[in-house]
Amino acid sequence: MSTTYVGVLELAAGAVLLSAVMTLWRRSVRAIVSMLRLQGVALSVVAVDLALHEHEHALLATGALVLVVKGVAIPALLRRIAQRDPRSRESRPLVNVPASLVFAAALIVLSYVVGTRITALAPSVVTNLAPLGLATVLVGYFMLVTRRHAVSKIVGLILVDNGIALMTFLLTSGVPLIVELGASLDVLLVVVVLQFLMVSMRHHSATDRLTEMKALHD
Amino acid sequence: MSADFWYGALATLIQVVVVAFGGPLLVGLMSKVKARSEGRVGAPVTQPLRDLWKLVAKERLHARHASVVLGLAPTVILASTVVAVAISPLVSTRPWLSSSADILVIVYLLLTGSAAAALGGLDVGTAFGGMGASRAMTIGALAEPALLVAVVALSIQSKTSNLPGIVSATLAHPDWVLGPSRLLALGALLIVVIAETGRIPVDNPSTHLELTMIHEAMTLEYAGPELALATLGEAMRLGLLFSLVANLFLPWGISTQRSVMSLVAGVAFLALKTTFVALGVALIEVRSAKLRLFRLPELLAGGFVLSVLAVVTGLVAR
Repeated sequence: MSTTYVGVLELAAGAVLLSAVMTLWRRSVRAIVSMLRLQGVALSVVAVDLALHEHEHALLATGALVLVVKGVAIPALLRRIAQRDPRSRESRPLVNVPASLVFAAALIVLSYVVGTRITALAPSVVTNLAPLGLATVLVGYFMLVTRRHAVSKIVGLILVDNGIALMTFLLTSGVPLIVELGASLDVLLVVVVLQFLMVSMRHHSATDRLTEMKALHD
Repeated sequence: MSADFWYGALATLIQVVVVAFGGPLLVGLMSKVKARSEGRVGAPVTQPLRDLWKLVAKERLHARHASVVLGLAPTVILASTVVAVAISPLVSTRPWLSSSADILVIVYLLLTGSAAAALGGLDVGTAFGGMGASRAMTIGALAEPALLVAVVALSIQSKTSNLPGIVSATLAHPDWVLGPSRLLALGALLIVVIAETGRIPVDNPSTHLELTMIHEAMTLEYAGPELALATLGEAMRLGLLFSLVANLFLPWGISTQRSVMSLVAGVAFLALKTTFVALGVALIEVRSAKLRLFRLPELLAGGFVLSVLAVVTGLVAR
């Protein structure tokens, strides 16, 4: 029982980081969004697995919330944005794809080096996985900084949020439900706002790339 | 001469023979699967073996400006692969000299073969040979770090870099196989194997279109028995890499006891497992198009990052 619990936890935490890296790897916006969906589902698996092991009903509710918001709602909204232009791609990132993958590898190693110092304070099978969450946060920031497409930027933001959520699940068995509710709905709201923003961006300047919007219009 | 020695020697002999016939058969199987899924009947699975037989009987022919390198290269390709096959844990975990089957040894034996192939391609000085050699070396240089780091991930878990040691440790701990570190390393290794054997997202083995070919360009100058040696070497290399992937991730069925029956079972299981790997690779080939050469670093950097992930999750989840 307890080995399957740890095994599932390791797999799901690994999947969260893997999907973060995959968003850097893929170019088409649709593929990036489906990686985000995978990450949301993996994150909720982490929460549910912890909840079932520690018999915490609040955490179970948090897991369900994460599944609905990050596994279903946000990817569906982003997919709707992407479908307006199905061939939409992250065509010219500021750092090209091979270099950003190597950079991601460096960030993963960095977060392992830093993260193990933190987890050494209270080592256990669960907390030892926390560097994976830290790495997801760093990869998210990297994506936020180097990508130009509006959807990629929002995906980077959600990666940061998911990484923080993974760390809180692993280190503290989850924040109170109300906090997670607030954070998740906040991100959802950002995505909804972005959807309107994208429509008006296309209307005004016919582009999805935020970096090309440099001047203010009247 | 102890019984252990004879068992090891027999295992080595069986491995070399099985891979020598199995490698070309795997190549044939993959082209058969591709043909069938494209709605063609396709050549029989034994076609690569028949081609080799046909080539052996032909005349030995060199270009006018060829140096001794051109004649040596096919022998080196085949010999390095045969040594790697002989000591790797394919049919048995204890073939002859298996204590020296460190992963670095195997990687550098394979690298010797690639270097020989590239030198052979360069030797005559034709444009295609040089182009193929340069491309093959570029891909090799990008795939090599991913391969090494992926195997480091495996050896962290089993605390040895000796291949038979890794296989035995996996047999003793079956729960490792589904761990995140293993799965990530498997993904990285599959990318490397596809690159090293020149299958579709990286190279198209069935094309002779001069602008896209990599592997074929290097063997363009060979004829007759030398072409047979080089082709057999490449096929055995494919068989070796597929068997290593199969045995490192699904080691069951490999012979660990000192009996002839277990060796027979080992051969049968190896055939079964490599067939599955070949079917998987053939399906990838059917479903995907060849990548542009300039997009290849993306794929291989992806493999590298997967292997780094495998190492870090392996260290974290310990």
